[in-house]
Amino acid sequence: MTGNTLRWELNAFVGFIERQKNLYRRYWAWEAVWLLYNLVSVLSIGYLAAGLSTLGLEQGQANLHQTQLYLLVGALLWTYLSLVFFEIAFAITWERWEGTIEYTFMAPIKRLTHLLGVSAASLLYGMARTAIIGIGVVLLFRIDLSHANWLTALAIFAAATLPLLGLGIFTSILPLLSPEKGEQMAFAVQGVLLLISGVYYPITVLPGPLHLAGILSPLTYTLDGIRESLLHGLSLAGALPDIGILLLMGVILVPASVYFFRRAEIRAKRLGLLKRSG
Amino acid sequence: MAIHKSELNTAAVEVESISKRFGEAGRPNRLMPWRKVKKPKLALDQVSLHVETGRITGILGANGSGKSTLIRILATLLTPDEGSASVFGYDVVSQADAVRRHINRVSVEASFFKEMSPWENMLYAGRLYGSGGDGTRDRVEAMLERLGLPLDTLDKPMKQLSRGQQQKVAIARSFLTSPSLLLMDEPTTGLDPRSKREVQELVRSIRRDRAATVLLCTHDLQEAEVLCDRVVVIDQGRVLADGTPTELIRMHAGKTDGSLEDAFMALTGKRLEEDEEEKEE
Repeated sequence: MTGNTLRWELNAFVGFIERQKNLYRRYWAWEAVWLLYNLVSVLSIGYLAAGLSTLGLEQGQANLHQTQLYLLVGALLWTYLSLVFFEIAFAITWERWEGTIEYTFMAPIKRLTHLLGVSAASLLYGMARTAIIGIGVVLLFRIDLSHANWLTALAIFAAATLPLLGLGIFTSILPLLSPEKGEQMAFAVQGVLLLISGVYYPITVLPGPLHLAGILSPLTYTLDGIRESLLHGLSLAGALPDIGILLLMGVILVPASVYFFRRAEIRAKRLGLLKRSG
Repeated sequence: MAIHKSELNTAAVEVESISKRFGEAGRPNRLMPWRKVKKPKLALDQVSLHVETGRITGILGANGSGKSTLIRILATLLTPDEGSASVFGYDVVSQADAVRRHINRVSVEASFFKEMSPWENMLYAGRLYGSGGDGTRDRVEAMLERLGLPLDTLDKPMKQLSRGQQQKVAIARSFLTSPSLLLMDEPTTGLDPRSKREVQELVRSIRRDRAATVLLCTHDLQEAEVLCDRVVVIDQGRVLADGTPTELIRMHAGKTDGSLEDAFMALTGKRLEEDEEEKEE
């Protein structure tokens, strides 16, 4: 790639981030509603944990505070992961709904730039929104994070970005394959990830095939690693296996997802599926 | 993007016997075999076309005649089933990246992010075409002023603009990227007479000032007559006639004082106004 081409692609990359920023700003009322919804969901999980003692689980049978932390970290991370996943996966659906999809696909830019631009905006937005919810949770539940190893948590968080992008791009293919059903299929994928990735329980409780699927989900390692680092101060050295697995998954998932996206784009152009009406 | 000197001697558009069908013939759904196989629709049938650089060429046809399919193929948004098409010598399928650097398109629907303002939409478009930095705002303002759009609309959400104003922004967006080939798919449909005249004047100025080539799909016979150097009449996916408006009238209108409408009726057996009425119903 020459310097000029790189500058051209970088300019477009900035364009996607700028566009998403403008859209978030213009749809601020809806975004506020979603933020409230996410906050309420996380708080519900927090109060569910707090209420376990009233459901017959006594102090001593389980460390309720630890359980609450376990569930809250899971809920917070799921808020972030599902938001980023949603934003990337629905990039195509969104553009088809707005009617701009043909203009974006007609632009003289690499598809990788398009997908990475949308993804970068989603990651930044996801982090900002989760941080707001996280602050609310810490203040409300007086969470003790004195044992947390933030460096490890950040390292796992960063490593998880790659496979998360890959999964999001893979799911964004669905609306390209089927304009009518793709969106619902993306919701189904999100639901499966919630089930198998150990968001609210260790994946060891899952039956055989689901357990195996959980082992293959990058979100499992993300949740596990960040939980361990925040609750038990997992060292960076101790987190290296998880980080390695996440990076490996990312190295496989991102190119594979971009490749299959290109294949889906070629198919959509053959069948005339890029139009707004499908 | 401006065309190179070497590309000036090349035809702006060269289409060789392209066909396009929608719906896959004879391929039952493997997952749901009980579903009926839709009959494929032939949108383009062995269409050939040669568009010279720097000219305004009109594609005249009724709804469903294949105009938009042709435009989409040239815009690299659809792939032909048979035949080949090239823009300034670049194949629209195998060299799509090179084609995209030379083209832009204005469609009948002004396609924008409706909550974003004209400026935000234009900035986004500019970024995808290598601009968007310093001076872009001034260029956008100058362009919109030329199109007769009040500048106070620049920062309002697109959804608050009238259909005509949205279409002017769409045209300005395509000009912002300085395309060598502008694909216009019924750009004046739904505009009031004054806006229509302003847009038509602008189309003329692109050719005059920028030596750009325009491929204009239209329903409007009068527009085709006054604006186009050449008109291609297309019906049911086939090219029926190709020539200057004067040639088409002389050869097909059947009378000395005939019009392009007479020629169109003689060629297709239908009136475009009837087609418009059907569309509205």
